[in-house]
Amino acid sequence: MTVAIVGSGPAGTRAAEVLVRAGLRPVVIDEAPDNGGRIYQRQPPGFQRAGKQLYGFEAGKAAALHACFDDLRERIDYRPRTLVWNIRPDGLNTYGDGRYGEVAFDQVILCTGAMDRVVPLPGWTLPGVTTLGGAQIALKGQGCAIGKRVVFVGSGPLIYLVAWQYARAGVAVTVLDTSGFTAKARQLAGLLRGGGTFMKGLHYIAWLRLHGVRIFEGATPVAIEGGEEVAGISFRDASGRARRLLCDAVGMGWGLKPETQLADLAGVPFDYDAGQQLWLPRRDAAGRSPVAHVFLAGDGARIAGADVAELAGTRAALAVLETLGIPTEASVLARLDAAIARHAAFRRALDNAFPYPAALAAAVPDETILCRCEAITAGELRRAARETAMPPAPEVNRAKAFTRIGMGRCQGRVCGPAGAEILAAALGCTVADVGRLRGQPPVKPVPILAERAVA
Amino acid sequence: MKFDRRSETSRPVVGFFLDGKPSQGLAGDTLMTAILTQDGYLRRNEFDGGKRAGFCLMGACQDCVVSVEGRGRLPACTTYLEPGMRIVRP
Repeated sequence: MTVAIVGSGPAGTRAAEVLVRAGLRPVVIDEAPDNGGRIYQRQPPGFQRAGKQLYGFEAGKAAALHACFDDLRERIDYRPRTLVWNIRPDGLNTYGDGRYGEVAFDQVILCTGAMDRVVPLPGWTLPGVTTLGGAQIALKGQGCAIGKRVVFVGSGPLIYLVAWQYARAGVAVTVLDTSGFTAKARQLAGLLRGGGTFMKGLHYIAWLRLHGVRIFEGATPVAIEGGEEVAGISFRDASGRARRLLCDAVGMGWGLKPETQLADLAGVPFDYDAGQQLWLPRRDAAGRSPVAHVFLAGDGARIAGADVAELAGTRAALAVLETLGIPTEASVLARLDAAIARHAAFRRALDNAFPYPAALAAAVPDETILCRCEAITAGELRRAARETAMPPAPEVNRAKAFTRIGMGRCQGRVCGPAGAEILAAALGCTVADVGRLRGQPPVKPVPILAERAVA
Repeated sequence: MKFDRRSETSRPVVGFFLDGKPSQGLAGDTLMTAILTQDGYLRRNEFDGGKRAGFCLMGACQDCVVSVEGRGRLPACTTYLEPGMRIVRP
């Protein structure tokens, strides 16, 4: 009996823990060279920083997760630096260290994690622009800042955390928060349910203000400026006044989006989630998808943060055990389910406090690059929706066929959310109406290898 | 724009070649860090020729892919520097 786990972040690690305790030896596959996921990314060998410096308030959780994984390591079939590029009903196609591979499985738990959700801005392809998550990884994983004067633009809990981490590392930072104060204040009751998480957010903001970091709430970014690299950013402040800041780097992000490509290829149906403004793979509270052998956990299924990911990984693995007829304790399941449900209320308030700026995305200027991979502009997508010479594209997959938006190397990971908003606005329908980009294998580029060396 | 080393600067030096030129990074650097701490871009986009320097830093966006002799095309953000690597920016 083989259980495969894709991903070794908080969800994947906890799932593996449950399976090992039940006497199984799961295959744990991760594209990254190390475990921990992006949130608890481990630094390379030879780095000296203490956990507190890397993970702040979460240092204890990071240490516990790493210790858990290190303890499991000899009792799992761990395959780092291995990309799962396709999933079939009975197996995974992998690529790593220059070789293709296959992993047969009876059950699979997808813990594929998330990436930043972005809005294209004029100039966003310039060297010096990264995602918020990317800016954090540079500091956490490499001890590097993305520049000397950095502007962070976006919204969501991550922007204040990253700004705090950068400011503490001695970098000059400014925050352009596109959500206004009132949107957040309106969610106060729900946010307070987050308890410690919410208080930490307030701490970061208070610390930044105390240390003279400028925070513009309700800002509207206009353009990232520069010739061959970032030189500044122009924006309107909450009162509508045009402003400009000089900087050499910009970190951007509006919350996270799950990496759902493998769930899609596995045949899991998707539903549009109005709260998260995302298409999400269908699953029950325990992480069972409607496809019998496929389970989902963590931010790869629905954005809920690392704490929930740990719980969901544990819960999904217990669901696998139930499927296999291995006894589980009802009281443990009930406690987990209650804990996961408690977090959901806080997450709803967070989603409402930091909505994806749909209007900003829909209003991306025609000449702005939407598809970074192939340098295709927002205007080209709008033309596909309005084209009179051929039938207009009524949904995202047709638009992809006409324009190649979503067909590049990233497979629409980066341009997808904004592209859907632009298309919906051009067609005069809702973003749910324009549908969802279908996944295709390989989910990330893999080389075509010669079968054997040519003499 | 350049990556700015804020800490962990006492690691051993690792030599490599960037576009044929001898260069130096530190042990534990990703290719992205090794390159962007000395020169501000990783590749030119095939479609508009513009300089690019990565974006997501987590292996998703594919906007940091560089060529490494003998190894093919690799994401600079998640590949670690090895002594003597010959990196070519596309």
